[in-house]
Amino acid sequence: MLEQLAYYLNFPFVRYALIVGVLTALCSSLLGVTLVLKRYSFIGDGLSHVAFGAMAAASVMHITNTTILTLPVTIITAILLLRNGQNAKIKGDAAIAMMSVGALAVGYMLMNIFPTSGNVSGDVCSTLFGSTSIITLTKADVNLCIILSVVVMGVFLLFYNKIFAVTFDENFVKATGVGAERYNLLVAVLIAVIIVMGMNLVGSLLISALIIFPALSAMSIIRSFKGVVICSAIISVCCAFTGIIVSILCFTPAGCTIVMMDIAVFFVCFIISKCKKGW
Amino acid sequence: MSALKVTDLLVGYENTPVAEKMNFEISQGDYVCIIGKNGAGKSTLVKTLLHLQKPISGTIEYGEEGIGYLPQQTVVQKDFPASVWEIVMSGNVSKLGKRFFYKREDKLRARKNMKRMNIWDLKRKCYRNLSGGQQQRVLLARALCASSQMLFLDEPVTGLDPQVTAEFYGLLKELNENGMTIIMVSHDFQAAMEYASHILHVDKKEIFFGTKEEYQKSALYTAFEHSMEEAI
Repeated sequence: MLEQLAYYLNFPFVRYALIVGVLTALCSSLLGVTLVLKRYSFIGDGLSHVAFGAMAAASVMHITNTTILTLPVTIITAILLLRNGQNAKIKGDAAIAMMSVGALAVGYMLMNIFPTSGNVSGDVCSTLFGSTSIITLTKADVNLCIILSVVVMGVFLLFYNKIFAVTFDENFVKATGVGAERYNLLVAVLIAVIIVMGMNLVGSLLISALIIFPALSAMSIIRSFKGVVICSAIISVCCAFTGIIVSILCFTPAGCTIVMMDIAVFFVCFIISKCKKGW
Repeated sequence: MSALKVTDLLVGYENTPVAEKMNFEISQGDYVCIIGKNGAGKSTLVKTLLHLQKPISGTIEYGEEGIGYLPQQTVVQKDFPASVWEIVMSGNVSKLGKRFFYKREDKLRARKNMKRMNIWDLKRKCYRNLSGGQQQRVLLARALCASSQMLFLDEPVTGLDPQVTAEFYGLLKELNENGMTIIMVSHDFQAAMEYASHILHVDKKEIFFGTKEEYQKSALYTAFEHSMEEAI
């Protein structure tokens, strides 16, 4: 088993997958806590569908590095959704549902009308579930992922105190005269970046799992915000790492395997928290 | 010295005012209770005063240090994983300005206010596991970090038992005696009449602002007291 693993690790694409996997998992877990607590989970979900649409459009236009298109489109959508949610003529959640299914339909339609390869359903499947794209990463993809994750982590650390204050009590922050909207916007933009990063790893349908599961697991057992953020980062990185290793050894799709790990950890944490309450 | 000055303020939604034009001035050290029936524009006024909503017209001027706000608890906060220390520290957020991290003086301020509220031993405890009265003290300590001059409280005793409520009013009284301006939205008419120095009564047809003694002589008081008795 170990020999087999060592053999696989010789391949650069396996190492790339591990680097991208661990970094994406780390970033997504940092923001996950804020997302869950601010009841923004559905925004993450909606954005990932929009990212799928953008990715489909990018591949139809034969752009080799799809991130060039998906990143700005997803960020702009995030900003629009947040703006709309506040002065809603169309209610926030309905607007998100509309955008996300709309993007999904348009994306699938584009991929069918302008197929880039003989296997349309295979392409769609890998965009949605990230089944194969993780092992087709190029050096450029990896570098981009490293840059984005450094930016996300840096911004998160710098604004940690403000993000915490806005997450816990937005009205308090507004009342004391600090512009809370700015930080909501910052959170939304970071989420958009993370979703685009995560699309390579687990695909656009499963990225929400990567954001939400580690946060929920950590929240059930840890009692301080800082502790929850650190714990969910650890959980997320461990799950991504073991998930990728298992997927290589057992030939399972990487994205799903990682999410399976996250689900397992969530149930363990859930049971621990129930037991604690029982004592 | 004026702690809050409101001039020709018209509050409402989408250019539809919900109350008459308001003019009043609160001085440093006043204890003001905002009372009035539900639906009389009270909560719209409060939101506007707290910058949560834009006024239709008019101006709101605060004193130098701004306000410490003690909001009604939201559902999210009830199971929020944060330690008491983290929450009280977040009261310093308005002092961060362009800085990213808290300074030593911010930490000292948090510590001082936690000791003042008698919650220093709870420092590492998780907020969601505290009792209602303890949670209110935590939020009060946070508000004190934001401003040492003015507190704005939104129905702070909702859901507290009578003993904790009395203790809480005692704390506020003590703060007020030390020069803190207190503005409180209240359903507790009796307590308002007992503790407040000034009353702001918001009604659809008219706004009253003045000392408690003046208020007790007004027609609004008689009508409001009567309706409260009926409700009981």
